[in-house]
Amino acid sequence: MALSSNHLLGLQGVSKEDIQLILDTATTFREVLERPIKKVPTLQGKTILNLFYENSTRTRLSFELAEKRLSADTINFSKAGSSAAKGESFKDTVRNIESMKVDMIIVRHESAGVPKYLTQISDANIINAGDGRHEHPTQALLDMYSIRERLGGIEGLKVCIVGDISHSRVALSNIYGLQAMGASVSVCGPSTMIPWEIESLGVKVYNNIDKAIAEHDVLNVLRIQLERDAGVLIPSVREYHNYFGITAERINKNNPNVLIMHPGPINRGVELSSEVADGPFQIILNQVTNGVAVRMAVLYLLGTKPEA
Amino acid sequence: MQVLLKGVRVLNPEQKLDQKSDILIEDGIIKEIGLIETEKYQSAKVLELEDKICVPGLYDMHVHLREPGREDEETVVTGSNSAAAGGFTGVACMPNTNPTIDTAEVVRFIAEKSEKHLVEVNPIGAVTNRRKGESLAPMLELADAGVVGFSDDGDVVKTSALLRSALEYSQMIGAPIIEHCEDGSMAGGAMNESKISTQLGLPSIPTVAEDIIVIRGILLAEYTGGKFHVAHVSSKRSVELIREAKQRGVNVTAEVTPHHFTLSDENIKSFNTNLKMNPPLREQKDVEAMVEALQDGTIDCIASDHAPHAIEEKEMEFIYAPNGIIGLETQLGLALTELYHTGKLTLQQIVEKLSINPRKVLGLPVPKISEGEKANLTIIDPELEWEVDVNKFKSKSKNSPFNKKKLKGASVAVINKSKMFYNDEFINI
Ligand SMILES: [Zn+2]
Repeated sequence: MALSSNHLLGLQGVSKEDIQLILDTATTFREVLERPIKKVPTLQGKTILNLFYENSTRTRLSFELAEKRLSADTINFSKAGSSAAKGESFKDTVRNIESMKVDMIIVRHESAGVPKYLTQISDANIINAGDGRHEHPTQALLDMYSIRERLGGIEGLKVCIVGDISHSRVALSNIYGLQAMGASVSVCGPSTMIPWEIESLGVKVYNNIDKAIAEHDVLNVLRIQLERDAGVLIPSVREYHNYFGITAERINKNNPNVLIMHPGPINRGVELSSEVADGPFQIILNQVTNGVAVRMAVLYLLGTKPEA
Repeated sequence: MQVLLKGVRVLNPEQKLDQKSDILIEDGIIKEIGLIETEKYQSAKVLELEDKICVPGLYDMHVHLREPGREDEETVVTGSNSAAAGGFTGVACMPNTNPTIDTAEVVRFIAEKSEKHLVEVNPIGAVTNRRKGESLAPMLELADAGVVGFSDDGDVVKTSALLRSALEYSQMIGAPIIEHCEDGSMAGGAMNESKISTQLGLPSIPTVAEDIIVIRGILLAEYTGGKFHVAHVSSKRSVELIREAKQRGVNVTAEVTPHHFTLSDENIKSFNTNLKMNPPLREQKDVEAMVEALQDGTIDCIASDHAPHAIEEKEMEFIYAPNGIIGLETQLGLALTELYHTGKLTLQQIVEKLSINPRKVLGLPVPKISEGEKANLTIIDPELEWEVDVNKFKSKSKNSPFNKKKLKGASVAVINKSKMFYNDEFINI
């Protein structure tokens, strides 16, 4: 079995079969990660570029670890902000590094569309590690992997994404991926954080967190950007927590069986209370471990894909 | 020198003129119109123009020539070459240059650059000094130097109080205030706000940001009696507001770009930065509203918003790429292909929107096709089929989303200021 694309730019339009293949492959690598020697020679001789135009310690570490576990050679390039402002253009930077013979590029950028643009200026396999507010497919894949691991399957589940949906790259990838796998997806948050016409994606919108907890099997809770959002999209962090924060009390009252996920890093006392962040409802640290396995699966499937 | 135009359809709705004739031009003046025997004028340059149409020279009231300041992207001369190649004998150039067109000196600088060119270049002056929205530019002095309208284009006039003053002050001149309609506090996005922006995760600009400034201008024009012109209208709601205002007799006019009546935001799924402009491409319902508003006269003019950018500036991450596309050399072809050949507008309407109305909005005389008049003409082949090739553009820049598009209809020749552009060259006539 092989993936139908040479790149992972997003989960929009990706088939159930491809997602299933990635998740099944990740299961194999998850076992590798439990071994005393966690390294396999699968990508020996391949060179992977981690191209991070935006700070993201977690995602970068997770990818780097996945690359090392697969014995690939890696190079890192990080630079924050506009390429234009820093002298060298994005295109020149990529062409330059690529002339060092790179097989795969993992890219994180604050502009949507950059991974797609990379496929036009580079011959490498491109993996999107987050582009603007657009997609972050490996995060959604690891979320789905973690749900499947905990609940045994995805089909038929009701999943709600909670928080600032407008500024999230995790939300769209989760919506596309979960829907492809047969789950129904909702979003919940203050009206100012719900993207324009999100219903056109087949998503139900909630503004009441109690109702959202009561009516879903899984809540994927997003981080609130304190500095950016308070006063503009929401009156205050305090009001957000009071009306949208997830507490043990709310869970116990509405749905004690609900599964809580969070892509990290958590703002304790804002979107999740500490009790919830550390409590029995959540699988947040499993998500982190699973992230490495899922990224190994994606790297493996793209890096060993026979040339068409 | 004599030029003899043979067998051409002479069309000027302003003169209620639509007839097949020959036209003799001598030293840039229309000498004779009628049945002219070629043998009588042995030395004349003869153009056989069967099935071609001769109209008053086309005029584009919204172009960015980038000079002074960004001569690497366009100059007065290369922009004028581009205009001539696209069928235009006149353009109005926007003041967002460096320095800004807010002194008589810059107006004279542009006049000097364009003096010897076929294409007439009429500068638009800034409404406020350096377009900063703090104080009115010397509008009377600018008008004396040759400015034909005022705009802070690229930006909106920052405050309602300044716009009110501008609409009052400009009445002493009779020139319009041309507004780039976008509420500054909602600006800064990379595309239109719609379900597409939600899918693409791009920061967005809502249509209501345009509508608010359109209605502000209409209300202030109504209150002051000033002349208000909406640049590059793109929102359905905005054209409804303009339509209602015109019915009430408000002094408001509007222009639309070819891209806003041909392309919708669906196209941005490609993340092609040549589809990034401001106002952004809107939804299909807006595109359809533009066509309807062209049909019923709510939109008076078609203007390109020709905005040259260097290749390296457009080859950029989508959110960082600058706004704007060039349009002088595709505008007539797009209007004919998308509006005339589809039966949405008549040729007369096309001529009104591309030649007559823009001049009227700016208070410029409309060229007459009559004996004794200066020849200011565009000759159009409405059936000519061609493919857009940005590498053949006269413009210094290539940032067009219409590259490789097949169009039907083009300019064959333009004549103005005793010069003719024909067969890819300028000749003195
Ligand atoms: Zn503008």
